[in-house]
Amino acid sequence: MFELAKLIKHICPMFSSTVTDIKELKDIATQVRRDIVRMVHAVQSGHPGGSLGCADYFTALYFNIMNHDPQHFTIEGHGEDIFILSNGHISPALYSVLARNGYFPIHELATFRKLNSRLQGHPATMEHLPGIRVATGSLGQGLSFATGIALQKKLDNDPSIVYVNLGDGELQEGQNWEAIMYAAHNKVDNLIATVDFNKQQIDGSTVDIMGFENLKNKFEAFGWFVMEMDGNNMEQILQTMKEAKTKVGMQKPIVVIMKTEMGAGVDFMMGSHKWHGIPPNDQQLEAALAQLPETLGDY
Amino acid sequence: MSINTQITEMKDTRSGFGAGLLEAGKKNKDVVALCADLTGSLKMDAFQKEFSQRFFQVGIAEANMMGMAAGLASGGKIPFTGTFANFSTGRVYDQIRQSIAYSNKNVKICASHAGLTLGEDGATHQILEDIGLMKMLPGMTVINPCDYNQTKAATLAILEHNGPVYLRFGRPKWPVFTPADQKFEIGKAWHIQQGTDVSIFATGHLVWEAVKAVEMLSAEGISVDLINIHTIKPLDEEAIIKSISKTGCAVSAEEHNRIGGLGDSIAQVLSKNIPAPLEYVAVNDTFGESGTPEELLVKYGLTAKDIVAAAKKAIGRK
Repeated sequence: MFELAKLIKHICPMFSSTVTDIKELKDIATQVRRDIVRMVHAVQSGHPGGSLGCADYFTALYFNIMNHDPQHFTIEGHGEDIFILSNGHISPALYSVLARNGYFPIHELATFRKLNSRLQGHPATMEHLPGIRVATGSLGQGLSFATGIALQKKLDNDPSIVYVNLGDGELQEGQNWEAIMYAAHNKVDNLIATVDFNKQQIDGSTVDIMGFENLKNKFEAFGWFVMEMDGNNMEQILQTMKEAKTKVGMQKPIVVIMKTEMGAGVDFMMGSHKWHGIPPNDQQLEAALAQLPETLGDY
Repeated sequence: MSINTQITEMKDTRSGFGAGLLEAGKKNKDVVALCADLTGSLKMDAFQKEFSQRFFQVGIAEANMMGMAAGLASGGKIPFTGTFANFSTGRVYDQIRQSIAYSNKNVKICASHAGLTLGEDGATHQILEDIGLMKMLPGMTVINPCDYNQTKAATLAILEHNGPVYLRFGRPKWPVFTPADQKFEIGKAWHIQQGTDVSIFATGHLVWEAVKAVEMLSAEGISVDLINIHTIKPLDEEAIIKSISKTGCAVSAEEHNRIGGLGDSIAQVLSKNIPAPLEYVAVNDTFGESGTPEELLVKYGLTAKDIVAAAKKAIGRK
């Protein structure tokens, strides 16, 4: 399968090859999870919980859903789909997927959060890491930025799609709702947002801190197309996102509320906010890796 | 370049921005403009009318405006954002820091109603800290032009500059004394008049007060080296050092808090290169209040008379 991917790249070098085989996508996601746990362990800092939860979606996005060009990265991204990670603290998941997709060398994952690295704790552009177009992680800003790119694409008659991932806790930031209002009022219909709905934030459960009951209704009331999916089910991700794409150009922005399990793939990290920003120790790393077989080769 | 001290025309600097923006839109099809419900106040109507597809009304939502501008810039557009100085800086500092400055986006943050001279609206709207906030951001260019013509020229100059810019201007009608055909060079101080006794470094509306102060000082036989620092960052250090090496003392004049503004930038240059007495004409670490622009300048010590007094004090400290 990877030989075939190479062949496609050779024939059509401009764009990333698409992986359609579910098992292959799941295998990539498993390797991404290994990368995440190892990166966070190596530097004893970072956010494993949310990163693991989004590993399946990000894998699907970069290996299947988006039309993009890992070999010729430009900040402008003309003629390409764009992804913005608004909740920048889950950078390990994004970095792993970008590296595994060919944006930069896989061995560079070993520099995550270290001095002189291009892989900053939260995504940033200053070090010119291919795949990153804006600094994020100061929460609440990614949706506005993505909306700006979507407008630029409309002005330039570029039919590409802009994707943006938001944390659920992040929706407590008011700027999101400014952008949600703007995008609906102005029919920004080349924008697909996902909300990583894992119901956890640093201090505890979102239900306890500042809940999102009827999030679907909230978005609908603001004038968005709303879809839902299980963000840890590869088949469902592909199916839902395919359907989401059919809504592009239909006068409304699109949001997919994506239920995920924080820590997904590592049993002792699941179901609790405690692994939001805590790295595993040596024993925990071993226990985690035992659940995540090496599929593509470690960095 | 010479100035016209026989003033017949009064125009607001924000109208200079509006005229410059329209021309910028005609010159470059990538110019886009965003406004947070203050299109009339910012004089962006002409651009909106001429280029409706390239104008984005964002409503009263400045944080979203800054983020959208950063996104538009990321895709290759040249966004000019428009709102009051207060809502262009303090209200959205983190959005500017993360999405624009740190991410190096080519956004032009255009801010009207800066300083005390917005007048009757009072201190809620009279930001006196914006120069400091913006100059502390790495990579940010900070420009504060002095009249209509200079504001228009500056608006066109920042179009040609690749990188984030803070352009600060004001509300009231103000004397137009610089040439309409001037060439605006970012980072290059404008030497208005040569002199030997004291240097006056002025920015924004207070350049006109400084011009009047020069006449008053000349009448008393004091020779002034007058420099318009329209670009506060990057600062024209060479021009400052050269002037001080002639005069040996200086006055800074700005419509801003004395902490963090032009005066402090000049003090850094002096202490590092050529220590000399410096007197500040600036707001003395306080908030403003309602009043007419003229009344406020008098009450807060920002008039030609205050510059004259500061100049004499600086000379006395030599």
